[in-house]
This record gives sequence, C-alpha cells and structure tokens, in this order.
Amino acid sequence: MDSLTLARWQFGITTVYHFFFVPLTLGLVWVVAGLHTAWVATRKPVYLKLTKFWGKLFLINFAMGVVTGIVQEFQFGMNWSEYSRYVGDVFGAPLAIEALVAFFLESTFLGIWIFGWDRLSSKVHLASIWLVAIGSNLSALWILIANSFMQQPVGYALRNGRAEMTSFLELVTNPHVFVQFPHVITGAMATAGFFILGISAWQLRQARDEENRAAFTLSFGIGATYGLIATVAVMVVGHSQAQYMMRIQPMKMAAAEALWDTENPAPMSLFTWGDERERRDKFAIKVPGLLSFLAYNRFEGEVRGIKDLQKSYEQQYGPGDYVPPVKWTYWTFRMMIGAGIVMLFLGAWAALAAFRRRATQSPRLLAVLVPAIALPYIANSAGWIFTEMGRQPWIVFGLQKTADAVSPTVTGGEVLFSLVVFTLLYGALMAVDIYLLRKYAKAGVTDINLHGALGAAPASALEGAR
Amino acid sequence: MTFDLNTLWFVLIAILFTGFFVLEGFDFGVGMLLPFLGKTDEERRRIINTIGPFWDGNEVWVLTAGGAMFAAFPHWYATLFSGFYLALLLMLVAMIVRGAAFEFRSKDRDPQWRATWDWMIFFGSAVPALLWGVAIGNLLKGVPIDANKHFVGGFFDLLSPYTLIAGVTLLLVFLTHGAIFLHLKSTRTIRHRAAVVVKAVGPVATVAIATFVVGTYAWTDSFARLGVNPGLVPVLAVAAMLGAGAFVHRNAMGWAFAMTCVAMALSVATVFMSLYPRVMVSSLNPDWSLTIYNASSTPYTLTVMSVVALIFVPIVLAYQGWTYWVFRHRVGPDTTLEY
Ligand code: HDD
Ligand code: HEM
Ligand code: HEM
Repeated sequence: MDSLTLARWQFGITTVYHFFFVPLTLGLVWVVAGLHTAWVATRKPVYLKLTKFWGKLFLINFAMGVVTGIVQEFQFGMNWSEYSRYVGDVFGAPLAIEALVAFFLESTFLGIWIFGWDRLSSKVHLASIWLVAIGSNLSALWILIANSFMQQPVGYALRNGRAEMTSFLELVTNPHVFVQFPHVITGAMATAGFFILGISAWQLRQARDEENRAAFTLSFGIGATYGLIATVAVMVVGHSQAQYMMRIQPMKMAAAEALWDTENPAPMSLFTWGDERERRDKFAIKVPGLLSFLAYNRFEGEVRGIKDLQKSYEQQYGPGDYVPPVKWTYWTFRMMIGAGIVMLFLGAWAALAAFRRRATQSPRLLAVLVPAIALPYIANSAGWIFTEMGRQPWIVFGLQKTADAVSPTVTGGEVLFSLVVFTLLYGALMAVDIYLLRKYAKAGVTDINLHGALGAAPASALEGAR
Repeated sequence: MTFDLNTLWFVLIAILFTGFFVLEGFDFGVGMLLPFLGKTDEERRRIINTIGPFWDGNEVWVLTAGGAMFAAFPHWYATLFSGFYLALLLMLVAMIVRGAAFEFRSKDRDPQWRATWDWMIFFGSAVPALLWGVAIGNLLKGVPIDANKHFVGGFFDLLSPYTLIAGVTLLLVFLTHGAIFLHLKSTRTIRHRAAVVVKAVGPVATVAIATFVVGTYAWTDSFARLGVNPGLVPVLAVAAMLGAGAFVHRNAMGWAFAMTCVAMALSVATVFMSLYPRVMVSSLNPDWSLTIYNASSTPYTLTVMSVVALIFVPIVLAYQGWTYWVFRHRVGPDTTLEY
C-alpha cells in the first residue's frame, strides 16, 4: 500500500475511533447536568445517586474522548501537510477557536466538577457541569464548522496558490453547518438515550432490590423519552440534510443510491448488488419514485445519475475519476438509516412501556434493549464513513483532491508504523474502556455514597478484582 | 522589530507555550515522581490528587498552541509535525496513556492494575518532557528544510548531543518544578520526600541549564544573533533559577515555585527571541528558513484570530486562575480522594 492509502486508513481509523466516544459525551452530559440540577432543587437522594452513577460512566467515556482527541489535533500536520498548507488559512481558524473557546472550558470545569463536591457551594458546583455541557457542545460546533468547509467551501478565495479566508462570517454561517450540526447533536443525544435505556434495562432485569429498581425505572423513563425524541429529530434533520446534499454534492447522493443513470421519477434502492467497474446493477430491488420523494417531497423530479455527473465534473474540473467508492457509500448509508429505523421502533416501544409503567413486565423488551446500545454507534460510524467517503476524491470539495493533500515527505513505512501503533494502542484501550464501563454499569446505585466526591470504586463492584 | 500582526501571533504562540511549560511542567514533574515518592497506594493517590483538578486544563495549552500554529502559521504547523513525525507519534502515545492512566488507575483495586497505570503516568510524563526539550534544541539548532518548506531529514537527524542535552535539561527542570509544587500541595511524609528531591535535583538541573546555555552558544547561531551580551531576558531567566535555589535553602517553597515559574516563562521567551523572526531554522540554507512572514496566514485571518484571542485568552486565564484558588489546599490524609 502506498502512503496515501495508509494515511487514509489511519485518518479513518483514528477519527472513527474518536467519534466512538464523542457522541456519548455530547448527549450524556445534558442528562448528568439535569439529574444534578434535580438533586440540588429537590434534595431527593435518588437524584444524587443517579447523578453519580451516570456521572462516573460519563467520566470513563470522557477520558477516552480526550486522549483520542489529542491525536486529532496534530494529525492534519502529520499526515496531511499539503492540505494544511493549502487550506490552513481558512481551516486552522475554527480548529484553534475550538481549542481556545471550548476545550479550555470543558476540561477546566470538568476538573472543578469532579473535585469540587465539598469545596464549593452546591450552586456553583452545579454550574460547573452545565459549563462542561456547553463547552463540549461548543467544541462540536466549531469542529463541524471546520468539517463543513471541507464539504462545502465558503468564504474563501484562491490566491497565492492556496485558499485564503475572505469572510469569517460566511465561514461560520456556512449553510452546511445548519444541517450537519443538528444532525450530529441529535444523533449524539440518541446515542446517550439508548445507552441509558440499555443499562437501565439490564439493571431492571436483575431487579436486585427496591432501591435499584426505583432508580433504574426512573432512568429508563429518561432514556426512553430522550432516545425517542432524539431519534425522531435525527431522522427529520437527516431528511433535510439529504435534500441539501442533493444540491451541493449530487454525486454523493447518486453514490448513496448506486444510481448509475439519471432518472425521473427516480426510484429508491432497497437492495442493489452491482458491478462498480462497469457501472451497472446485477440485481436490484427498487421502490419507484421514492428517491424523488426524498429529494423533493413529491414523487417525481429528476435525480442525476453517476455517469452524467462524472461527465459534467470532467468538463468542470478536467479529466479524472470523480466517482466515490460506491459500495461503501451505498452500504454505509443503508446501515445508518437501517439502524435509525430500528431505533425508532425500539424507542417507541420503550417509551410506551415507560409511559404505562410496564417496563419491568416485558422481559423481551428489556432483553433487546441491551444489545440495542450498539445501534447508534453503528449509525454514527456509518454516517461519518458515508459523508467522508462520499466526498472522495475530494478532500475539500471542488478545491483539493485527497491525493494532493498527503504529506510528501512522510514515508509509507512511517505511516504504516504509526498506523500499527495506533491500532494496537486503541485496541487495548477499548478493552479497558469496555471492562470499566461494564463494571460500573453493573454496580448499580446501592453503594454510591451520598457525601463527598464521586469516589473511586464501589466495594461491591470489586469483588473478585482483588 | 516592527510590531505587526505576524509578530503579535508569534508572541501569542509564545504565551501559549509558556502556559504549557509552566503549568503542564509541574504536572509532568509530579507524574515522574509518582512511583518513587508514593510508597503505598494511599500515598500515590494523594500525589495524583495534587494535580487531579488541573492536568487536563493544563494540557489544553499545548492543544491550543497547536491549533494556533495551524491558524496563524500553517506552514509551520505542516512542516513541524510532518517533519518530526515519529517523535510526535511517540509523544502522542505518551500523552494518550498518561491521560487514560489518570482516569482509570483508581477504578479498580487490583494492585497490579494500579501499579501498571502508575508506571504509565511516569512514562507518559517523562517522555514528553524529554521530547519537548529535544524539539526545542532542534528548533534552535536548525533542521534540514528545503526550498519548498519541506523537512527532508529523518528521525535520527533530530538526535544530536546538543538536542539530547536540551531534552535532559527540560526533564530535570520539570522534575524540580514538579517537586516544588508537590511540596506545596502535600503534607508530612510526601512533603519531606519532595523536599529531598528538590534539594537533590535542583542543583543538577541548574548545572544542566548551564551546559545547555554553553551548548546553545556553541552549536546554534544564537551567539551571532544575540551577541555576547544577550540582553536582560536570558540573564533574568538564569537569575530566577538561581533565586529558586536560594529560596529552597531558606525553605520558602512558595517563592521558590514562583521563581521556577518565572524561569520557565523567561526561558520560553529566550527561545522565541533567538528564533525571531524565524519559526523554523533551515540548516541547509538560511534563506529556506520558515519565518513569521513566509509561513503565515493572511492579514485577514490573523486579524480575526487576534480579536478572538484578545477576548478569550483573558477569560481562560481568569477561570483557570480561579480553579487554582479553589483547590489551593494541601492534599492531606483527611482530603477526599478522587483518583
Ligand atoms: C461532533 C463532535 C466532535 C467531532 C466531529 C470531533 N470532536 Fe474532538 N472532541 C469532541 C467533539 C468532537 C468533544 C465532545 O468535545 C470531546 C470528546 C470527549 C471530550 O472529552 O471532548 C473531544 C475531545 C477532543 C480533544 C481533547 C480535548 C481535551 O483535552 O479536553 C481534542 C484535541 C479534539 N477533540 C480534537 C478534534 C479534532 C482535531 C477533530 C477533527 C478531526 C475532532 N476532535 C472531531
Ligand atoms: C468525528 C467524526 C468524523 C469521522 C468519523 C470521520 C471519518 C472519516 C473517514 C472514515 C475518512 C476516510 C474517507 C476515505 O478515505 O475515503 C475521513 C477522511 C477525512 N476527514 Fe473525516 N471524519 C470525521 C470528522 C472529520 C472532521 C471534523 C474533519 C475536519 C475537521 C475531518 C477531516 C477529514 C480529512 C482531512 C479526511 C481526509 C483523509 C482521507 O480522505 O482519508 N473529518 N474521515
Ligand atoms: C433515518 C434517517 C436518517 C437520514 C435520512 C440520515 C441522513 C444523513 C445524510 C444525508 C448524511 C450525509 C450528510 C452529508 O454528507 O452531507 C448523514 C450523515 C450522518 N448521519 Fe445520518 N441520517 C439518518 C439517521 C441517522 C442516525 C440514527 C444517526 C446516529 C444516531 C445518524 C448519524 C449520522 C452521522 C454521525 C453523520 C455524519 C455527519 C454529518 O455529515 O452530519 N444518522 N445522515
């Protein structure tokens, strides 16, 4: 493999891995802040215990988000130096602002929240977790402003052999941000909702004692409501995002549907097995008109196909292959939407059960919610792989190709070495992370103390660990 | 020296690195001391809790410095991090295991588990300390950069007697700085042990600094650039380090800590002054060096970033300062421990 391919693998692996932890942080922090607020307002012990229970899981996850984020900050310079030179004038700004405005806020106030239980007045201490919530969501906003520039470059001019910023306002009000940010944030909230649901369901199945049952029935209700609302929202936003994509990156939509030829009305594919080289289907099941509907909210309207778009891109940008890897885009798009549909169904079922106070009476529901924790993770990862692969061969759409962005002086051997190091390290950390999450999730709320800090490890969780 | 936007950003990045060296410097130092000064699990937890609320906030200084280099001097960011590829990889691995170790070490009671993470804190603190020193040595000495702003050397080009001296020096300085901090934040046994370290390592660090200064005159062009009389800043840096020693002997550790902070800040200032207006020196041809002009973003971007920085840097300083005030107490036997 050449250093370009290796660098792409490395970026993909490290970034998808980083985004394994990011959504849970983004979504769960609001719940922890809400529970903490409920405790300060009512002083009911159950709220404090739940704050600490979910707070600890939040912290274990947050730590992974932080350590994997460090790599992201330097990776552009390491593997994509020509990219950094070409768009640094525009792209560097939101990245630097993210660190200055968001990372300082979240990391500093998280320290205060963890260590401030008996050092600060309860109101000031409560404020710190809200600042963490604001900080981490601000960080998402700024990084997505940066990413949106890669999807739809705005506010720049090509001068001196590079992209130079001409309008900061246009950069931060990039219309792409207005569809991408809500989609990512609601997806994160859905992730947290299903995480809470799954663990609460596991606890309710054990039904160890009255205290745990009460606490996790409450959690179950919160998770169900949060998860269902967020899943509906991520789908609604996703739909408008798809319509938007149709205008700014039609090739991505055509690739998502493996739509080789322009059609009107355009069908939506349920299952296609095709030949990418010859650009044709071997076998396909399609719903007539549905793609037109997705695009225009009516059952007719032209959707341009891959072959047509390839021709017009050649005219616009010169000779080259402008077709993204269709198998990847087609299947990742389906994985995301498929996961979303299952989430919608499960979320509605769980919310109904919670509303009728029957959650504990449906063992099948409780059993299925535990593995359902994986669904939003699948959707998130598939969503990003789709978005980023669907933009290929461009690294910045219409401006720079990925092949021209890679560091010319870094050898294939060096990239391979770092790829192996990161993969091994990340694999080991994943094992540790899952071990700890399971342990603390299983511990329940009984041993959580009502005074002082979050505390290291509850005794009952540690039996057998000695 | 004309004070334009490019210079302002050069200064701002120097300030970010100062924040990093002064703040993360002591938590690197404490991290390196952990396995040696904490004999029991309880002691180790107390040592970690002295830096517990701070280390992540401190680390953000270097992340912000990286982001600021990207925004203000994209060529610097691109050349430095693609050029120092393997060294940076090593540093990232160290920072990753260190961060994970802080959060995870107390989450299980198995002694083997805890000992493993404690050693990761040690390595995760020592390796970046050493590597940042090596990096500074290389920035001062110059590295092979061609006419296209590309680093054309390899990993081993970064290692030379001078750059290794720089690395060891920085490690020793962080160790001293961290030991003084620990002395200020701990009680009884740990406090005594920290004092022993300060008195033993402090003088060695001072000698190392002297060697480094001599080496800088011998191996870099700082001599030619700054002249025999280097001006007030480096002299004061050395004076502050000696002052720290004097305070240590009078057992005024608070003042000693203030002095190591000042010494660190003035040393960063010295490094940046001897670079100015260059950001990376080419050892192949002086004309190929990256400077704050040929590596920079446009005046427009620099203006935008200046407005953002002038608003937010003071805010960050205010709330981080407040954190240090909130957690000013010593970590003693009756403190609730988190990590
Ligand atoms: C949509 C959200 C999102 C996305 C797309 C990314 N991140 Fe991230 N990042 C976060 C949301 C986030 C966060 C929620 O703010 C994290 C995760 C957990 C945490 O501690 O903060 C974080 C942590 C985090 C940290 C550690 C901060 C600290 O020490 O506190 C760094 C340096 C980065 N990220 C950098 C990046 C870069 C350069 C990315 C682009 C490739 C990136 N992240 C993608
Ligand atoms: C955290 C969420 C993200 C995930 C999971 C993700 C995922 C991916 C994947 C899988 C690729 C590889 C595509 C390919 O090579 O075909 C990629 C490419 C890329 N992405 Fe993202 N991405 C994310 C966010 C971002 C953000 C926020 C940025 C910029 C701010 C970004 C910048 C890039 C760059 C520079 C590449 C080019 C390298 C390449 O083509 O492999 N990504 N990303
Ligand atoms: C079922 C309805 C859904 C639709 C119609 C939908 C639509 C889309 C579209 C069109 C994109 C690509 C945007 C672009 O490249 O311009 C996208 C990306 C993405 N999706 Fe979805 N999505 C759905 C469900 C979900 C769910 C349930 C999740 C996660 C819980 C999710 C997470 C993501 C993520 C993380 C991205 C990448 C970031 C982005 O570009 O916004 N999606 N989605």
